Amino acid sequence: MDYVKLINCMRCGMCLPHCPTYKETFLETASPRGRVALVRKLQEGELVESEKFLEYVSLCLDCQACASACPCGVNAGELVAEFRCESKKEKGLSMMEDLVLRKLVPHPDRLEAATAPLRLYQKTGLQQVVRSLGLLKLFPEALGRMKGLLPKLPDAPLRQTISEVTPAAGKEKGTAGFFLGCVMSLIFSEASLATVQLLSTLGYRVVTPKAQKCCGAPNMLGHDLDGLKEAASFNTDLFDSFDLDFVVTDCGGCGAELKKYGQHLDGERKAVDFSASVRDISEVLFAESEALAAKLRPLPLKVTYHDPCHIAHCQGIRSQPRALIKLIPGIDFRELPEADACCGSAGTYNIEKPEMADRVLSRKVQNVQKTGAEYLVTSNPGCLLQLKKALSEAEPQVRVIHLTELLQMSMNA
Amino acid sequence: MENSFIKALAGIVGAPNTLIDPESLACYGYDSTPELQSRPGAVLLPGSAEEISKVMALCHEAGVRVTPRGSGTNLSGGSISFDAGVVLQTSRLNRILEIDEENLTATVETGVITSALHREVEAKGLFYPPDPGSMNISTMGGNVAENSGGLRGLKYGVTDDYVMGLKTVLADGDLLKTGGKVVKDVAGYNLNQLLVSSEGTLGIFTEITVKLIPKPVAKKTMLVHFPQLEQAALTVSHIIAARIIPATLEFLDRVTIKCVEDYAHVGLPLDVDAVLLIEVDGHPAQVEEDAAGIRQICERHHCSFFQTAAGPEEALKLATARRVALSALARMRPTTILEDATVPRSCIAPMVKLIQDTARKYDLLIGTFGHAGDGNLHPTCLTDERNSDEIARAHQAFGEIFEATIAMGGTITGEHGVGVAKKKYLPKLVGESGLRVMRGIKGALDPKGILNPGKIFSLTSD
Repeated sequence: MDYVKLINCMRCGMCLPHCPTYKETFLETASPRGRVALVRKLQEGELVESEKFLEYVSLCLDCQACASACPCGVNAGELVAEFRCESKKEKGLSMMEDLVLRKLVPHPDRLEAATAPLRLYQKTGLQQVVRSLGLLKLFPEALGRMKGLLPKLPDAPLRQTISEVTPAAGKEKGTAGFFLGCVMSLIFSEASLATVQLLSTLGYRVVTPKAQKCCGAPNMLGHDLDGLKEAASFNTDLFDSFDLDFVVTDCGGCGAELKKYGQHLDGERKAVDFSASVRDISEVLFAESEALAAKLRPLPLKVTYHDPCHIAHCQGIRSQPRALIKLIPGIDFRELPEADACCGSAGTYNIEKPEMADRVLSRKVQNVQKTGAEYLVTSNPGCLLQLKKALSEAEPQVRVIHLTELLQMSMNA
Repeated sequence: MENSFIKALAGIVGAPNTLIDPESLACYGYDSTPELQSRPGAVLLPGSAEEISKVMALCHEAGVRVTPRGSGTNLSGGSISFDAGVVLQTSRLNRILEIDEENLTATVETGVITSALHREVEAKGLFYPPDPGSMNISTMGGNVAENSGGLRGLKYGVTDDYVMGLKTVLADGDLLKTGGKVVKDVAGYNLNQLLVSSEGTLGIFTEITVKLIPKPVAKKTMLVHFPQLEQAALTVSHIIAARIIPATLEFLDRVTIKCVEDYAHVGLPLDVDAVLLIEVDGHPAQVEEDAAGIRQICERHHCSFFQTAAGPEEALKLATARRVALSALARMRPTTILEDATVPRSCIAPMVKLIQDTARKYDLLIGTFGHAGDGNLHPTCLTDERNSDEIARAHQAFGEIFEATIAMGGTITGEHGVGVAKKKYLPKLVGESGLRVMRGIKGALDPKGILNPGKIFSLTSD
């Protein structure tokens, strides 16, 4: 790791109030400033990579709220991720990590096949039987948590059923390439269908290349840089083979990763251009505010918005989703306290560090309760999974939906 | 530190709140002060005043040294333990105990974050003005111990002007209550004021009662460019001379302007010497009148640009340049040395000139910004701690800058505290008698010298 990146931290502490784990513990070791210091001391030979050391750095959610707050441009979250990546590269992955993060998740075909039994299990009503017998408790705890998170799955992954080209409704303004995230396709297909409908209604022809691969974010988590580069280069070439005006995604995590392809492929021209063409759906819709407003009908709902880390901190998108919600006539928008604080989902964090994830999550739930909102809107599948589960338990009357679903509701009202 | 002693400490605050692993000690070996670090022997996170009192009694008995720490944003090394003693972090005492709307006071525990108090009182239409740069994480206890200032100092004063009552644990664990909610109180020595700015050397605060004032209803923000530094400085003096006291009167010099423009692209011209950000607040009619007066004075001093924000959003935009000043500077080089030399308002132009000349003399990059209204400047040296030659030149330069500050009738630190970083400049400022009185006070309250030892001054003449 580049030593200069570590000494750029001037230890001012501006990151501390934004760090979810510091807010819960008040411990310097659980703060971004502390983590940078730990990695620096390790490099300087003042500390060794002890079990405690790894425990401290692995408490980081990598939500990058610290990066948004840092006056000197240090990204503590990314530095810690980089360190963990290097450290795991030497030590190797656990069997579970290797299976999930390298062999399964980055490959849409395998992932879809692997989740097919789950769909069957939900569909046949077995779910009720298994749940009532408490069979889930027999699974190792981590697996149990993973399954507990799963809402009802669509009949088939959207990637399999969506047509590669959706024509523009009315006069065609341009062509959008749709990057369909794995979790969006597998679990939140209705939100992605809403995304396509919105784009089409606004006059965009939507191309969803069926051959697209995972964005590569799990490869990064799995410390598989070769796999990441392979995914980046494959997707760049694939989207480049269509004549597109821009590439759009409704998954915050994918968007953040796609925008880094240029960097991942060491500044290769094609990848840099691809990254520059990537938009989060809220960016596209915000630019079309006027046309969109004309299509929206009143929805007298109390709504609040949770900023996904991958949208707010990694892509710097904050005002657009709020502006879009407020476009809906009759909506009662209520700002969520600590809206841009991580919900604790954080990739696979909620499975690896359940105790801290739950503390971070319960703070989020309490903040949602303060707003009195009926709808919690967000725009990243990890957050949707985490918040749907938490609110179904704590506040069952609050519905958790994707931004495009809310806009579609208003359009179809 | 002996095992049995650490066990006894853990018995008071609980094992999870007693940290002795090398990783934790490394992380509590620094605060926000560049270059300084030293590992403590143990870190404690007590949960109540009683626990702090018991810890102090135990440490007093054993002669173990204790350094209090809030969020560790100190800029003079004040929250670092330099002799492997105990670092006592107060963050867990973080309740706002009362906002008394009849007496206009707020009572908080010592670990309450400054901006959290701002939010709570402002929701009730009240105002706690001190706004140090670190207010989003700094603790109230830390603010009192350092007598923190901020952007609103000119009109509203600093922390000291708001402290009405304190509960303090003394070096031997005894609890001391001073002041309270009454505006008038002449019973005995003014111990509140003695404890404010004591930098953790006289006691550890557990509870703080501060004065609140009504929140100003109207505000106007102005941004002004000056081709000539002297004219900007004269403008500052003449605004005050015209009996206008802005809430904020901030200054950026040429180096800072360039860094800000490179970083934030806010449209600042690169050929001006100074930019002023001015805010007036109060009754709407008064605000209008003050803003008009300020405009006249600025124009009389040949400003090249004057803009008044039309609304709150534009005000935020105008304030961007000042808000990002430190970020813009800090990004230039790995190490940022942020100082707080403070001179009488009338000396701003010569002081800024002297800083610029000194930077040239020692071949350093120093940007200056700060609170022009109260003469509190932040000359910020952008350097690289790996370059020992440059660091040595930076220290020489600041030595000269502080000498000049004292000669101009100013002070070596306006709001960061003496700590250890400014210790060597203090004797020149306060003289032998100043030191003798301070040592006498320290000796009376902490005869064993266990509370934040080595900070502000040495117990004996070196």
